[in-house]
Amino acid sequence: MKKTLFDKVWDAHVVETITNGPQILYIDKHLIHEVTSPQAFNELKQRQIPIFRPQQIVATADHNTPTVNQHLPIKDELSRNQLEQLSKNCAENNITLYQLGHQYNGIVHVMAPELGITQPGMTMVCGDSHTSTHGAFGAIAFGIGTSQVAQVFASQCLLLKKPKSLRVTVDGQLKKGVLPKDVILYIISKLGTNSGTGYFCEYAGEVFETMSMEGRMTVCNMSIEMGARGGMIAPDQTTFDYLQGREFAPKGKAFENKVSYWKTLPTDSGATFDKEYRFDAEDIEPMVTYGTNPGMGIKISETIPIETTSSDKKSLDYMNFEAGESLIGKPINYVFIGSCTNSRIEDFRVAAEFIKGKQKAQNVTAWLVPGSRQVEAQIQDEGLQQIFEDAGFELRQPGCSACLAMNEDKIPNGEYCVSTSNRNFEGRQGPGSRTILASPLVAAATAIEGKIIDIRKQLN
Amino acid sequence: MEKFSTLKSSAIPLNVENIDTDQIIPARFLKATDKKGFGDNVFRDWRFKEDGSANPNFILNNPSFSGEILVAGDNFGCGSSREHAAWALVGYGFKVIISSFFADIFKGNALNNGLLPIQVSKNVLSELFDAIESNPETILEIDLEKQQLTVLNTKLKTHFEIDPYKKTCLINGYDDIDYLISKTTQIEAFELQKTN
Ligand code: SF4
Repeated sequence: MKKTLFDKVWDAHVVETITNGPQILYIDKHLIHEVTSPQAFNELKQRQIPIFRPQQIVATADHNTPTVNQHLPIKDELSRNQLEQLSKNCAENNITLYQLGHQYNGIVHVMAPELGITQPGMTMVCGDSHTSTHGAFGAIAFGIGTSQVAQVFASQCLLLKKPKSLRVTVDGQLKKGVLPKDVILYIISKLGTNSGTGYFCEYAGEVFETMSMEGRMTVCNMSIEMGARGGMIAPDQTTFDYLQGREFAPKGKAFENKVSYWKTLPTDSGATFDKEYRFDAEDIEPMVTYGTNPGMGIKISETIPIETTSSDKKSLDYMNFEAGESLIGKPINYVFIGSCTNSRIEDFRVAAEFIKGKQKAQNVTAWLVPGSRQVEAQIQDEGLQQIFEDAGFELRQPGCSACLAMNEDKIPNGEYCVSTSNRNFEGRQGPGSRTILASPLVAAATAIEGKIIDIRKQLN
Repeated sequence: MEKFSTLKSSAIPLNVENIDTDQIIPARFLKATDKKGFGDNVFRDWRFKEDGSANPNFILNNPSFSGEILVAGDNFGCGSSREHAAWALVGYGFKVIISSFFADIFKGNALNNGLLPIQVSKNVLSELFDAIESNPETILEIDLEKQQLTVLNTKLKTHFEIDPYKKTCLINGYDDIDYLISKTTQIEAFELQKTN
C-alpha cells in the first residue's frame, strides 16, 4: 500500500491497537517546560508511579522567565517558585534540564531543533500546542495537555486515535518580500482556524522544498492555528545538512545509517490524503492580521473584509478597526520580533538587513527576543547586535516573552503591536493589547516607519 | 477522576464563537504548580473590569443564569494546549460544555478531567441558545450512557457522539494512566524490537 510520510512514522510507533478504541502510540522524545509539567509530576508522585523513561525527556524553562537580568534571582515569587519546582522535579527524576542561564536554554521549540534533539521519523510531544514546529524535520510532533504529560511520564506512550491526513501544496516561487510566515498566514487565512481539526497536515510543493529549515519550522509551527494537531515536511538534503554535526544528532556511520532510513520516509507517489488543498506561490503577498484569531489575515494590498458574523464584529470592535479599511499607514507603537515562530537566527538576519543604517521611529518600542541562548550568541557573533542597538531596538534575553505575556513583557492596554508571534487572541500580549501578526520583515519595517507600510515598495 | 453518568441542570449561554484558551484562563494566571484555584480566574478578562470589579455585561455575572452546563459558540477551546483551561472550568463548577465544535486538544483535556464536551449541530446549538436566553430556568438533562441530551421544557432531544473508550473511562472514573501502566510488558517488548 502507498503510504504518506505521516502514515510511515505513525505506523512505526504503534505498540497496540485496542479493538474499537484508540491506539497506543510510542513517544520517542518528550519535551517539558515549567508551566505544564508541575501538575503532572505531582500526579505521579501522589500515585507513587516512577517516571518510566527519564532519559527520553528534555526540559527547559521558557514561558515564565524574565528577558532582562537573567543572572539575578527572579523577582516574581510565583514565577520563581514555578522554576524552582521544575529544577527540583528534574533533579529528583534524573531529567536533563537546560535551566535559565544554561548555554542551551531557550524556547522549547527553538532549543530542541538547534541541538539536533529533533530528528526525522521521530514521535515527539510537549505540553505546548506549538510542538507542531518539530514536524519541519519530518517528525510527528504535537502538543498535549498536562494529563497526557503524566501519561507519557508513566509509560512513554499515549492513547490516541490516528488523525486523518491533509496535504497543502504550494507550487511556484515566492515573490520578493514574501517570507515563510506570510505563506502560513496566507494558508490559514484561506482555510480558516478549524479546517485542520482532526487532521495532521503535510506541506508539499516547490515552496517548501526550497525553504530553509528555519522557514519550515515557522510554517509547521502555525499548523495548530488552523486546528491541525501537527504539520510535517518531508525530510530531504536540506534537513540532513541542517542536522549534521549538531550536538545530539547521530555522528559518523550512525548518521549515514539514519540518513538512509530518513530517505525512505517521504510520501510515496500515489498515496492518498483525506483532504487536499493547492495554492500558488504567485498569489501570496506579505500578510497582516486584522482580527483576533490567526485566520483573520489579509494581504498587505487588501482591505479588511466586510464582517459577516457577530464574532467578526466583536473582533473588529476589539481591534478598533473597520471593515473596508486598509492597514497601510496605521500608526503602531510596539513591535515584537520573537516567539517560537520567528526567533531563529534567520529571522534576525532578515530584520537586521532591513534595519541596517536606519533608525527606529520615535514612537515605537521595539523588542527583539531571541529564541535561545545559542541564537543570542549568534546575533552577537554575526555583529547584528550592533545594528539593532544603533537603530534603537532593544535586544532582550531569550524566552517566550511578549508572545504570551506571562512575564513582565506586556503590551499596554489598547496599544497595537506588530508581532512575529503566532496568536492575536484578545489580551494574548497583555490585557487589552491588540496584536497584528506579521513576518519579521514587516515587523522590522513597521518599527522603522512607526506605521504599517507596504514593504514591497521599499524592496523594489 | 470523578465519575459521570447523568446530569440535570440549568445552563449558562455564552454565545461567542472561537473562544480560545487564553480567554478561558489568561497566561498570567498559569504560575501555580497545582490544579486548584483556577476557577476564580476563569474568563478573567471578560468577567472583571480593569479595576477588578465585576463586569455586569458578562453572562457569568448575570444573576438570572446559573448551572453546571456551559453552552458556548462554535470552535470552543482553540489555541493553547493549557489544561489549566479545563481545570478552570471544572473549578468554577461546570460539568458539561456544549458547543457545535471543539478544538482537539481542549476536548481531550476536558475528557481527562471529567468535564464532558458535547458536540451538537449548529441548528441544535442555536435552538439551545434561544431556549436558555428566553427562559433562564430551562433545564437540560444529559444521559451519558444513552448519549442523549434533552431540553426538559422544549422537549428537544438530541443524540451526541463520544469515543466509546472515553465513555467507559468517564462512567467509571478511570484514567489513561492506569490503562497504560497495565501495558508495560507490551511497551517494553515494543522498545526492544524498535529499530529506528
Ligand atoms: S513562544 Fe509563544 S507560542 Fe511559542 S512556546 Fe512560547 S508561549 Fe508558546
